[in-house]
Amino acid sequence: MADAALTSNAVERGGGGLRRFSDVLVTRPRLLLLILLAPPLVWLGVVYLGSLFALLLQSFFSIDEFSGLIQHEFTLKTYGELLQPANLDIILRTVTMAACVTLASAAIAFPIAYYAARYARGRWKALFYLAVMLPLWSSYLVRVYSWKLILAKEGILNWVFAELHLTWLLDVLLALPVIGGPSLSISYIGTFLVFLYIWLPFMILPIQASLERVPGSLIEASGDLGATPRQAFATVILPLALPGIVAGSIFTFSLTLGDYIIPQIVGSSRLFIGQAVYTHQGTAGNIPLAAAFTVVPIVIMGFYLWGAKKLGAFNAL
Amino acid sequence: MRSSGQTTGTRASTGLKVAAAAGLAFLHLPLLLIFLYAFTTEEKSYQFPPPGLTFKWFAVAWARDDIWAAISLSAQVAAVSTLIAMLLGTLAAGAVARSRFFGRETVSLLIILPIALPGIITGIALRSAFSLAEIPFSFWTIVLGHATFCVVVVYNNAVARLRRASGSLIEASMDLGADGFQTFRLVILPNLATALLAGGMLAFALSFDEVIVTTFTAGQQSTLPIWMLTELVRPRQRPVTNVVAVFVIAVTFIPILAAYYLTREGQHSGGEGK
Repeated sequence: MADAALTSNAVERGGGGLRRFSDVLVTRPRLLLLILLAPPLVWLGVVYLGSLFALLLQSFFSIDEFSGLIQHEFTLKTYGELLQPANLDIILRTVTMAACVTLASAAIAFPIAYYAARYARGRWKALFYLAVMLPLWSSYLVRVYSWKLILAKEGILNWVFAELHLTWLLDVLLALPVIGGPSLSISYIGTFLVFLYIWLPFMILPIQASLERVPGSLIEASGDLGATPRQAFATVILPLALPGIVAGSIFTFSLTLGDYIIPQIVGSSRLFIGQAVYTHQGTAGNIPLAAAFTVVPIVIMGFYLWGAKKLGAFNAL
Repeated sequence: MRSSGQTTGTRASTGLKVAAAAGLAFLHLPLLLIFLYAFTTEEKSYQFPPPGLTFKWFAVAWARDDIWAAISLSAQVAAVSTLIAMLLGTLAAGAVARSRFFGRETVSLLIILPIALPGIITGIALRSAFSLAEIPFSFWTIVLGHATFCVVVVYNNAVARLRRASGSLIEASMDLGADGFQTFRLVILPNLATALLAGGMLAFALSFDEVIVTTFTAGQQSTLPIWMLTELVRPRQRPVTNVVAVFVIAVTFIPILAAYYLTREGQHSGGEGK
């Protein structure tokens, strides 16, 4: 009886081909899932993962020193080349820079995130959010470019130092070994400032998200129990915000490791990992070594993410 | 607004205010400086303060064919990549948000990966794949790269919205006799529309000024960011570059602001619905 009613109902609704197809999909969720998933998975699986594996595969090939041709045989020779002192220098330099940028951006991001999470309300809160989102999404290249203007010898920063009669301070700074250089735009200080500026928004948002979850009553309780603001910060706020800081550091660290444009535009001629990849695949035509170099940030980030997961950073994302 | 934050009635200390304000100034002053430099009369250097101000460079930039060609290419690439990303991102979001299946986490990871790994890895991987497959560089190789990392933006927006939309709406529509396609068109799509629009706009902004992957997937063609990069490395007419930079800021700010207002509205109505 019920069956008959159902069929007549279906006929009444004028079951065209499309309708029948739709009914099949409703009764078979797995088929629907397959149809939904197939296009994105094929695209990302073939285009992206395919290329990625092809690249990693090439790091096990090597280049013939005399002919400059790639030898398509399995070898670890290229990885041996990667471990030469000059290349290890590049890796160490990049990792050190990434660590410095991460620490500094955490220090600058924290007050912004803390104010936004705890004190900003209503319209101000929206304004804070936009003030962080706009730089995050806006043009990377234009933002790098603005620092070329700022750091130029005839630019605004030197002008400000001169107006304040502090040019000597800048000279002292630039005379420092390693981080100094002939001018700000040709020194590690310059590269560091640009990295810091570009990746800072990526640090603010996760810290803010983790601070939003700290109940205000907790901080009041610590005050009631006699903690000074400093103690409350060190023993209550900071530990609770730590997952957010670690989550933000994933971005600042990873993005610094892989960037090759910033050190090319502002910085000394000493290479970073990204630049090494770029030159080896480009002018040198040494794809195997370039591929081996890309494995470095992947491995470092693998360990980093593993550690971050242990600290509970993924809940703060 | 979270209730937890409101219980603290105390005001921010001066030190915190100063630190927060200084941090925000650090984030925004450099962009303002570019606006100033677009009007400078000094052509050969980045002299500050500018010796004089002029509108001349806007006219010069307007008359430059190479700039128009770059803008047009960038706009086309961004439009096509956004369309592909919207299609793929919505499909993936539909699958991940509505059901639990084996490998669901892996699918999310796969979608996020192109943007989580440094751009240079995506770029060089695609480039070496193109050379292995002997695909010549073209408009489509650029689109291929851009669409790949734009999927995640659309996906994120769509998944967030689909998770908020209640499943009972879809069941109700089915119970009332709509078939799957009608439900999609009349119930799911209107719910999803603003989130998709926001995701599409962000994807457009992302593609429009992407440079790292593009340097690897473009042959002789120059998108607007590639044009800027060459000008940065070998400056010809510096103020013209400044004018283009101002234009890029404007073109990317508008979709970002629009996307913000679109998803914010959605949050309110979604919250009230529950």
